[in-house]
Order: sequence, then structure tokens, then C-alpha cells
Amino acid sequence: MNNYLYIAVMAGVSFLIRVLPMTIIRKQIKSRFIRSFLFYVPYVTLAVMTFPAIITASSNPLSGAVALAAGIVLAWFGGGLFPVAVLCSVTVFIIDSLL
Amino acid sequence: MQDQTNSHSSRIFAQGARDGIPIGLGYFAVAFSLGISARAAGLDPFQAFTASLLTIASAGEYAAFTLIAAGASYLEMAAVIFITNCRYILMSCAMSQRLDPSTSTGHRIGMGAFITDEIFGASISRDGYLVPSYTYGLASTSVLPWALGTMFGVIAGNILPSSVVTALSVSIFGMFIAIIVPPSRKDPVVMGTVLVSFLLSWMSAKIPVLSSVSEGTRIMLLTVIVASAAAVLFPVKEADDDE
Repeated sequence: MNNYLYIAVMAGVSFLIRVLPMTIIRKQIKSRFIRSFLFYVPYVTLAVMTFPAIITASSNPLSGAVALAAGIVLAWFGGGLFPVAVLCSVTVFIIDSLL
Repeated sequence: MQDQTNSHSSRIFAQGARDGIPIGLGYFAVAFSLGISARAAGLDPFQAFTASLLTIASAGEYAAFTLIAAGASYLEMAAVIFITNCRYILMSCAMSQRLDPSTSTGHRIGMGAFITDEIFGASISRDGYLVPSYTYGLASTSVLPWALGTMFGVIAGNILPSSVVTALSVSIFGMFIAIIVPPSRKDPVVMGTVLVSFLLSWMSAKIPVLSSVSEGTRIMLLTVIVASAAAVLFPVKEADDDE
């Protein structure tokens, strides 16, 4: 398997996904199912990728679990992408070095 | 007349470039942790830079690097990129509704190519028709840091101690959390969907038959199943209702 072919597939599919609807579809999508499906897709994908991966990515399950909880709390109270990402990293670093 | 139009659009480009700086700073840091996944997948710094510059997608690239590490097929790669970047279809549709109908196909392609969660969010938050120069301005200061961050992640991931690499590799999940939590707070259905996704994802990693399926395929299957179920059970309001 060739890394450049992988990259070409990644780039090509991403480009088409972003560009085709804007270029071709000039009316609102009618199907309520498709619009609803597209609405839920990002949340499901991100949730599935985050859990349980965040727990297995850290050296021990406890630090990952605490980072998950800390991240959720900060994001709940309005923390943006960057602060939440930093908090999760710092949490894992501190707990891993204590254990 | 032509000059006037040009100076107007260069002023809007500058505005976009300024608004793109905080986005770029955040991108750099997050992309750095993505670079660690790229390195684990066996990409060299130039390949990681190119992949990020051309793909510009956190979740999509993360999933893609996981697939490269697993030696997945190109078809599987295309399917997973499609699924993880599905939301850009929706954003692209949304942006199409906000364009001056006379906007050229060239600008449609140009603006579409830079759609990310943040660039979309900032572009669409302005009143009136979308101005292509503003979106280009946003991209000018945010996309390069994204690609450079990934590249430095591959390079420095080699130098940093493993405890730091582990801690940084978690930051990408922090970013995902920051994307899914605020809408969950606003919409109980989104929260329910996220919790069900957590549960099914955890179960499928434990159940012997399912856990043998590759991670990318599992992400794709669960996304299609859960998002379809949510769409059937809790269809979103019609566009007319929002107005």
C-alpha cells in the first residue's frame, strides 16, 4: 500500500464532498430523512471515535477516563476547542506521572 | 469600478485573514497531536504535511491515519473519509443557500474546498450573501498552520518523551469533545444520540465478532446505524419552521 495513493484518496474524496453540493445543488434538499441523517452524522462519528478510544490511548484507563470527564465539564461550561484539548492533555500527563 | 471592487474585496480578505488567526493557532496545536497519529501510521513529515494541507479534516484525517496504520484498502479509505466528512456535505449545501446566485463556479469550488467546521462557522456567521474573499482570508491564516502542525507532530513526536506524546495524543479527543458537548447541552436528542453512540462504540469494542472488524469500518457502521435511527425517530425541523 502506497502512502501517496492513500493521501490522494483522502484529498480527492474530501474535495468532492465539499465542492460538489455547493456547485451542483442549487436548491434546498427536500428529503427530511437525508437532512436529519446529515444533521446527526457528525455527532455520532465523533462520539464513536472518542469513546472508548480516549481511555485506551492513555497509559492507564483512569487518566483517560478523568480526561474525558474533565473535557466534558469544560466544554459544557463553554470551553472552546483549544482549551478543552489542552485540559485533556494536561489531565492525562499529570495523572500518568503521579501513578 | 473594477479597482473599487478589488479594494473592497481585498479589505474583506484582510478581515477574514485576521479572523482566521485564532482558528489557525488552535489548528496548529490540535494538528500537532494529529501528527503523532500520522507518525504512528508510518507517514514522513512531508507526507503528513501534504495529507493535512489537502484534506483539512481532524476527524477524517485521524480515522484515515488509523486506516493507513492498519493497511486498509483504498476503497475502505474512500468510504471512511466519506462518512467522517459527511457533515461537510451539509455545510456545503447550507453555504449554497447563502450565495449570490451569480457566484461563479470557480468561486463555488474555491470556497467549498476550504470548508471546515470553523471556516464554515465563521463564514456563515456574517450577514447577507457570502463573500468569497472572506472565506479565502480565513483559510489563508488557518490552513497552513494546520498542515505545519501535523508536520511538526511527526517530527517532534520522535524527540518528545513518551509520556508527553501520550498526553498530546489525547488532545485530539479533547477537540472532539468540545465539538459534541455544546450541541448536546442545547438539544437533548443530540445528547441522547451521543450517549447511545458512546455505549454502542464501547460494546462493539468488547463483543468478540465486532471487535475483530477494523476500527474504520466500525466507525462507519455505527455512524450509519445510529444517525439513521436518530433521523427516523427524531427528524429535524423543516427548514421553513426555522425561519
